[in-house]
Amino acid sequence: MSVESVVFVIAGSICIVGALGTVLFRNPVHNALSLVATLFGVAVIFIAQDAHLLAAIQVIVYAGAIVVLFLFVIMLLGVDRTEKLGIDPLGGQRPLAVVAAVALLGLSLTVLLAVGSTVTGQEAATGDPGEGAENIAKLGEVLFTEYVLAFEVTAVLLTIAVVGAVMFSRQRKADLIDEEEFPGLEALLAETEDETEDDTEAESEGVEAT
Amino acid sequence: MIGVLARLAQDTGDGILVPAEPIQAGVTQIATPEIQWVALLPHLILVVGGILLLTIASLFRHRVPRWAYTIYTVAVAAGAIIAALPLWVRVQDAERGPFSAIAGALGVDGFSIFITVIICAGVILTALLADGYLKREGIDGPELFVLLLLAASGGTIMASANDLIVLFLGLEILSISVYVMAAMHARRFTSLEAGMKYFILGAFSSAFFLYGIALVYGASGSTNMIRINQYLASPTGVVLSENGLLLGGFALLLVGFGFKVAAVPFHAWAPDVYQGAPTPVTAFMASAVKAGGFAAMLRVFVLTFGTFSGDWQPVVFALAVLSLLVGSVLAIVQTNVKRMLAYSSIAHAGFILVGVEVATEQGTAAALFYLAAYTFMVVGSFAVITVVGRKGDGHHELSDYRGLARRQPVLAFVFTILLLAQAGVPFTAGFFAKFYVISAAVDAENYSLAIIAMVSAVIAAFLYLRIMISMYMSTDSEAVTGEPDRVPVPLAAGIALFVACVVTVVIGFVPGPITDLANDAVPFLVQVG
Repeated sequence: MSVESVVFVIAGSICIVGALGTVLFRNPVHNALSLVATLFGVAVIFIAQDAHLLAAIQVIVYAGAIVVLFLFVIMLLGVDRTEKLGIDPLGGQRPLAVVAAVALLGLSLTVLLAVGSTVTGQEAATGDPGEGAENIAKLGEVLFTEYVLAFEVTAVLLTIAVVGAVMFSRQRKADLIDEEEFPGLEALLAETEDETEDDTEAESEGVEAT
Repeated sequence: MIGVLARLAQDTGDGILVPAEPIQAGVTQIATPEIQWVALLPHLILVVGGILLLTIASLFRHRVPRWAYTIYTVAVAAGAIIAALPLWVRVQDAERGPFSAIAGALGVDGFSIFITVIICAGVILTALLADGYLKREGIDGPELFVLLLLAASGGTIMASANDLIVLFLGLEILSISVYVMAAMHARRFTSLEAGMKYFILGAFSSAFFLYGIALVYGASGSTNMIRINQYLASPTGVVLSENGLLLGGFALLLVGFGFKVAAVPFHAWAPDVYQGAPTPVTAFMASAVKAGGFAAMLRVFVLTFGTFSGDWQPVVFALAVLSLLVGSVLAIVQTNVKRMLAYSSIAHAGFILVGVEVATEQGTAAALFYLAAYTFMVVGSFAVITVVGRKGDGHHELSDYRGLARRQPVLAFVFTILLLAQAGVPFTAGFFAKFYVISAAVDAENYSLAIIAMVSAVIAAFLYLRIMISMYMSTDSEAVTGEPDRVPVPLAAGIALFVACVVTVVIGFVPGPITDLANDAVPFLVQVG
């Protein structure tokens, strides 16, 4: 076996084990950590394919930022809170999920085995991505030449996101004023606010106990 | 690390990595594109103006009076218009003409400058309107003005983008600012609901749009509209009309645009969001956001995919017909004036889509004229609604307008003029807007579309008449129950109303100058030299 196949088998097993863990573990924190294993496995496969930038992005963005965000949400909602998995909020989504999964797998296999590399019959219109570290350099170069405006304009987008987040995180100073148009709204909102407060209290107690 | 870079510099001999003056041993410098700052100036003024306002306001939070924000915003938007004027002169100059800036990512042509000016005019009117509104509703802070300026920069970038990625970023800048602005009135539940609804549906439509860009990129091999256009015109590109990839891209892009301009069947968000959002923000949505959306649509479809017009025209035809009919029919059955105007704005989008559908220069000019006229009409109309909405922004039922003509005859008269203009009555800007769009359809021998547009104009006229009737007629029961108080008209809102009304009437009598400008505002895709 070549080195590549060995790497593939090891990384692939990590991916599959991680994916199974994501679905099967009971504790949501374990689920999130299993997802990290899968993402690292994929990153290793990317490196084996000479896609170094994708590997780096996979680790930094997915394993780093997104899973941390998941963990934040899990912690904020309360780790101990158990969902009743028996109740389906959307009827029939489980059988549909099975059908969709089988269909997707079948589709991917058909494309891979029967059709060959091109789906549309068109040749790839882009150039050779190059080997190894070169694709990082090419991407970086394109980012600062052809797409320099897009690169800079993204900064404005992020600024707006910050302004919006700051605005919404501020507390509402007074009561709602369209109560008349929606009777009972204020009471409903107060109710939900109480619930979340109870949760946070329970959580902080739990932290103290440990 | 340095070793790797040195190896790279040796490996690529194809001119991509240009071995320039070494700054440091082993480091090569890439040839960065020339930045034409003049071309960027209108966008830069809006962006820097917005960020500067944010900085100043956070440093001197309680020492800046509110009117200073308004004046500042108006000044920045006016500055952007002034910065655009020399560009217009340069673009119209026969020798120099339109050009592409910053590695072909930004197109500077009459079209983009025209839309920039429309959007900045929308910002000025909205800022004037927001001044009194924020005071009345007790909302502090400069956020609305900051977001207004940044949103405008998104719109102007959309209008001048020569690259689908830049266009998408402009779209997102515009949209995200407007989502936040729609939820601005934190004490109104409907405002929060509107923001949330707009955000979720908008995020979906953005995803469609991005997918469309990806498919077009897959089919043509570039995100740059200049190169896409060239590729589609080339012998290999022509074959693509039988390719699902490109057509799928068209379809998904149309979904994205259809959502942004609130065309039926992607309009479902519009009535709720228009109703719930703070009324000045609604005015901005109906004017500047629509202008940005249509500008991008014209740029992408009429200009870039112009050679494939046979493929997308039927879809745009359907969108236009549905928007015209559904918008005007559903507008009539509403009882809330904000919802009425939301549906009427859907019908107006249908008219502009007629200009897009014909895919001719005349159609583009007609759509531009429509956008210019509509901006003033709609902001003026929403200015009246803002004022009549009273404290709490909750009095928007038709019954709230009953007897307005008796209490405040001037306000009612101004609203009447603006509504007549929206209906397309002669001697108002709205008449010529509708006339040019329909004549563009007739000249393109698209008679069915022209007839449907005319029928829908008649249906929609009934809606405006309904509002007018409730203003001028008042029932006897009112005399018993007591009259509602006169609504105060803040000075800034008064100025906005006056400007909107005067422009609407003046264009109605002398459409020549704007028509000439719209005819000169031709979009171009100029190859980078």
